[in-house]
Amino acid sequence: MLLTITTTHQPATDLGYLLHKNPARLQTLELTAGQAHIFYPEATAARCTVALLLDIDPIGLVRSQKGAENFALAQYVNDRPYVASSFLSTALAKAFNTAMNGTCQDRPDLPDALLPLEATVAVVPAADSAQLHRLFAPLGYEIETEAHPLDPSRPEWGNSPYYTLRLRHSGLRLRDLLAHLYVLVPVLDNNKHYYIGPAEADKLLLRGGEWLPRHPEREFITRRYLRFAEYVNPTLARLLASEPEAQEEAPAAEAAALAPNDLQLPAAGQKLHDQRLDRVAEVVRQLGAKRVLDLGCGEGKLVRRLLQNPQVEHVLALDVSWRELERAGQRLHLAEMPPRQRERLTLAQGSVLYHDARLAGYDAAAVVEVIEHLDENRLAAFEQVVFARAQPGAVLVTTPNADYNQRYETLSAGDFRHSDHRFEWTRAQFAAWAEGVAGRHGYRVRLEPLGPEAAEVGAPSQLAVFER
Amino acid sequence: MPQDTLKLPELSLVLLIGTSGAGKSTFARRLFQATEIVSSDQCRALVADDENDQAATTDAFALLHYLVGLRLKRGLLTVVDATNVQPEARKTLVQLARDYHVLPTAIILDVPDRLAEDRNRQRAERQHLGRHVVPQQRQQLRRSLKTLKQEGFRHIYHLRGPEEVDAVQTIQRDPLYSNRKQDSGPFDIIGDVHGCYHELVQLLTELGYAVKEQAVADARDLGVRVTRRRDVTSCVSPLNDVETADNATNLSNHETQDIASLQPPRRVLFLGDLVDRGPASPQVLRLVMSMVRDGLALCVPGNHDIKLLRYLGGKQVNEQHGFAETVQQLAAESDTFKSQVRQFLDGLVSHYVLDGGKLVVAHAGMREEMQGRGSGAVRAFALFGETTGEIDEFGLPVRYNWAAEYRGRATVVYGHTPVPAAEWLNNTIDIDTGCVFGGRLTALRYPERELVSVPAAQVYSEPVRPLDYLRRLAEANNEKSTTENHLSAQQQHDDLLDIRDVTGKQIIKTRLLPSVTIREENAVAALEVMSRFALNPKWLLYLPPTMSPSETSALPDMLEHPAEAFDYFRRQGLERVVCEEKHMGSRVVVVLARDEDAARRRFGVVGEGLGKVYTRTGRNFFTDTNLEAAFLARLQDALTASNFWERFNTEWLCLDAELLPWSAKAQQLIKDQYAAVAAAATAALPKAVAVLAQATARGLDGVEALLARTTARQRAAQHYAEAYRRYCWPVDSLADLRLAPFHLLATEGRTYFDKDHAWHMETLRAVCLADESLLRATPYRVVHLQDIADVEAATQWWLDLTAAGGEGMVMKPYDFIPSGQKTLVQPALKCRGREYLRIIYGPDYLLPGNLERLSERNVKSKRNLALREFALGVEGLERFVAGAPLREVHQCVFGVLALESEAVDPRL
Repeated sequence: MLLTITTTHQPATDLGYLLHKNPARLQTLELTAGQAHIFYPEATAARCTVALLLDIDPIGLVRSQKGAENFALAQYVNDRPYVASSFLSTALAKAFNTAMNGTCQDRPDLPDALLPLEATVAVVPAADSAQLHRLFAPLGYEIETEAHPLDPSRPEWGNSPYYTLRLRHSGLRLRDLLAHLYVLVPVLDNNKHYYIGPAEADKLLLRGGEWLPRHPEREFITRRYLRFAEYVNPTLARLLASEPEAQEEAPAAEAAALAPNDLQLPAAGQKLHDQRLDRVAEVVRQLGAKRVLDLGCGEGKLVRRLLQNPQVEHVLALDVSWRELERAGQRLHLAEMPPRQRERLTLAQGSVLYHDARLAGYDAAAVVEVIEHLDENRLAAFEQVVFARAQPGAVLVTTPNADYNQRYETLSAGDFRHSDHRFEWTRAQFAAWAEGVAGRHGYRVRLEPLGPEAAEVGAPSQLAVFER
Repeated sequence: MPQDTLKLPELSLVLLIGTSGAGKSTFARRLFQATEIVSSDQCRALVADDENDQAATTDAFALLHYLVGLRLKRGLLTVVDATNVQPEARKTLVQLARDYHVLPTAIILDVPDRLAEDRNRQRAERQHLGRHVVPQQRQQLRRSLKTLKQEGFRHIYHLRGPEEVDAVQTIQRDPLYSNRKQDSGPFDIIGDVHGCYHELVQLLTELGYAVKEQAVADARDLGVRVTRRRDVTSCVSPLNDVETADNATNLSNHETQDIASLQPPRRVLFLGDLVDRGPASPQVLRLVMSMVRDGLALCVPGNHDIKLLRYLGGKQVNEQHGFAETVQQLAAESDTFKSQVRQFLDGLVSHYVLDGGKLVVAHAGMREEMQGRGSGAVRAFALFGETTGEIDEFGLPVRYNWAAEYRGRATVVYGHTPVPAAEWLNNTIDIDTGCVFGGRLTALRYPERELVSVPAAQVYSEPVRPLDYLRRLAEANNEKSTTENHLSAQQQHDDLLDIRDVTGKQIIKTRLLPSVTIREENAVAALEVMSRFALNPKWLLYLPPTMSPSETSALPDMLEHPAEAFDYFRRQGLERVVCEEKHMGSRVVVVLARDEDAARRRFGVVGEGLGKVYTRTGRNFFTDTNLEAAFLARLQDALTASNFWERFNTEWLCLDAELLPWSAKAQQLIKDQYAAVAAAATAALPKAVAVLAQATARGLDGVEALLARTTARQRAAQHYAEAYRRYCWPVDSLADLRLAPFHLLATEGRTYFDKDHAWHMETLRAVCLADESLLRATPYRVVHLQDIADVEAATQWWLDLTAAGGEGMVMKPYDFIPSGQKTLVQPALKCRGREYLRIIYGPDYLLPGNLERLSERNVKSKRNLALREFALGVEGLERFVAGAPLREVHQCVFGVLALESEAVDPRL
């Protein structure tokens, strides 16, 4: 990874004073996983360039990050040595600390001087070159991007997500350029090599406080930079506190709906899921079910709703994923739950494809957005487990309505809403399946739309209520 | 005369009954093992730190009952050392004995109050006992004496006074009558006869016995004599060599002369219901009694036999269900005969556990927890089986299919419920094929598990419920199973696996390793992978084990080299290894049937095609069903063309193979990770080299070295890109795929782990030659480890392969599973090439300073894992070919998947 900064300010060698780095020497800094080399490939009065060459050691990375869950960091085959990432921000802060803070003992006038600057980063990861423009253009840069093919021998694979980025500015304080890179590079990379704690927000405010509130992409930048929702909203609020006009534009609901990797449309998707769960909880209430199964409970959003219902005596919530169960345990504060409430809930690992004696004797089972994650030919086993063996008094099954997919602009025809969906059924397909199941196992079934209905295509999701 | 020996059933719950100070603890310690005694005082101490804390009594007894329950569940004789003088205290214990089908025994230590009180006074901790305590307990004991029998105690010993207590020197532990574990057959097990004498004689003849009717000379004479023909001890088809009955009459001579010393003689096991409904119940009784008397047969009672016994004992019995016929037939028989019958039936034992616990026979079956135990419930189960309490449309009790839940290791052979055909389910089989209703009389040969049957000569009785009623009922309930799609009982049962068979800590016994433990957290991970991604488990016969690399090479610029692998196998004492070229693709298992009908018959799968190609995690290789079908059809054609089906006399096979190219399955991973890294490197590094060159030109100190290093990294990135590109080519159609099979794992009835790798290579080469555009025969060489030239040539071969960009090679013992080794040998080691390893360890792995760090790697845990997975994989497949229920196969496959979630360096 290489960053060069060039100025044609006269004398250009002032850059050395500003950066507090002698143009005549190669300097090397030790970083947590590698080294940063600082040197000047050219240093004349007319033109001076400083280079920051990051030499990240992937072996050191793997060895220092034992058991790290982040896939990219756990591999020796890793783009980290070659791309601009949070490692660059760390290196900037370490190498050019004084410059970033706007101090220069020898030439106190320089930090505030507006300089002609040109920066080149080889390479930055980005969704596309438009994204680079969106992030840097509002800051007054002239932008040049160079795309790189994924593999020149496989033209059909197209371009890689890496760009050589060139930024030019006719008059800018050096510390602003450094601050922009410091904040925006990790935002582009969307990955951080270190643990993100509450202090991260302070860094963002320190380096971005002056320009970020006016940046049209401030929310995107804040979200990406902080990565975790719980840090985002308060920070946005702090960031915008001094910007009364911008505050109005910040829709808190959307920010709350943030889900960086959710393929479902963020805000709408979130709301739909809540609607779906509310409706399922309501039907459970109408059915008067006392003992309820939540098959595929995920992080426990439905469980929470079910426990709020006083007539529910017990909820057995199962999920096949241990991590989801752990998350559910945390979200529901299982460890601190008062004993009476704790008795009403059993959270356990289970699979809807294996007979499970624990499932017998329940009044209702909720199977929310689960079946589409099973291969279609495994549905027979699911049917056996739930309808033939467990035989709850009622079964509530929800699944996406494929008819509605055409309403999603981002979804091309034939695509599924989620990469793990094995199928998405039209209303007719779901009805046919549901009626078959009901007939084979002595249930009667009714279907209803879930979510706001649109003409022709119905609602985004659908619910089947089976009763014995 | 005081008794010096008390006889108890070997599995019983012994209650010592006596007042405080009667000497119960001393008695128990003297005559039982310390671990067999559960004492209330001790339990009180455990829960309250004080043996005498009466406030802790409730908790202490809760613990006592818990301990007793666990011991009984595990089949251990248990002695309860408590006063046990109150009926309610005994009631809980008797109930525990009943729950676990264990016989309760009472031993009363009846000593004078004075003596007990004296003893208590001598013990410091008993000083608190009130004066009233002992007399009160004694009063309760007195009252108890009359009711013990009613309470359910089978054996009651009343030891009066200290002399009788002290006189007891031994406890004799008698095996239960049902315990015949020493008797390992071979047996011919015969189902419900119901008076079908004609068919019974025919079946016995078929099985190789000779039946001779004799004139009755004596009242004790039964008038029929059965003998073995001399060929019968070895299980040959009885029709080959029929000898005359004359020749066989003197059977004991024959045995001693011929084969007796080689093999124990065959005997018959009758599963009861000898009588009722049929035409000749007395004659059947006569024959069976004669065989039992001669030591030629064992017999367990059926419900009809017990009904007859009650009748003969003068009890009122219902004449329905064919009993009237028996009564009529018996009218002509002598009283002597009737009393012989009565005696015979009275002596029958509910069920037998045979052959070291591997075989259980009972008229109506036997649940695992009841096997070898004694209680009223066990006897009732043996006679009547399990019913739900409901009555069906024919007015008959609805039977609960206990066999569907059976998980026991013992094979259970039973009758009682007539079925159209005898079918295995979970290692149990009902062989009552309804002879008296016009079906067949069936025998099961054990241990051969071969069925022999003869048809009924006529319908002697009309069944209330049609014979195939249950099957028709099942079919009516299940649209799928029309007649032509008929799945066996086991296959239908296997449609659904039970979560308790795979979750929690599992210990799996395998042929190659005595036990493989699956830790709970690994099972948790496997349940998710299996549920979310794996195929229908009916296809998953086998998962291949992980493969360790050779130890790190001693050479300076190599991470791996064949030398270490050769050394490893040499150290294991092997003489020969096989080196196979390693293909860089996706490891797959191919399960393929000859046609869909065969897929249904053998795998119990309907409508999922001819077979499946799945990955190491049980995931379907193909996402495109058309491509899958085309691929399998081509493979099938090659098998047919190479005459494979005939040669191996099979209609299915299971192959271990590599499917090329790597990019066929890993395309996304290659693009997201491998190609991306190359793209980033080749974009970034030239720019770094350029500015470094510029700086070098300025004469900056130290930049030159940095330039050299960065230039080397630029070259490394180029080599790295070349390395992954070799394994990628576009897959647009079947024509772009290659399959390189290297193990023929199994065909009908057998696995090929007993064949050496050269055999596997040659056998599969023959198939590959039939379609060389799809199939790729793997180049290999056999290397004699002591032959230096051989080893050198193989090393050179590896160098050439890897220099040309090959992944490397896999080295295996010549024999699939080398015999005569102390420990299990690695089934394979991989030696990967220098260039290939760039895609594992990164573009820069050969740069100075890197290789040294990477060479510190530990292959030990990987190898340990490989052995456990290998043992499980082999076990699973062997279970499959032996016809084990799916859950037993699945347990192994699931185990491999679970082990794969153990943390091991993924680069090894």
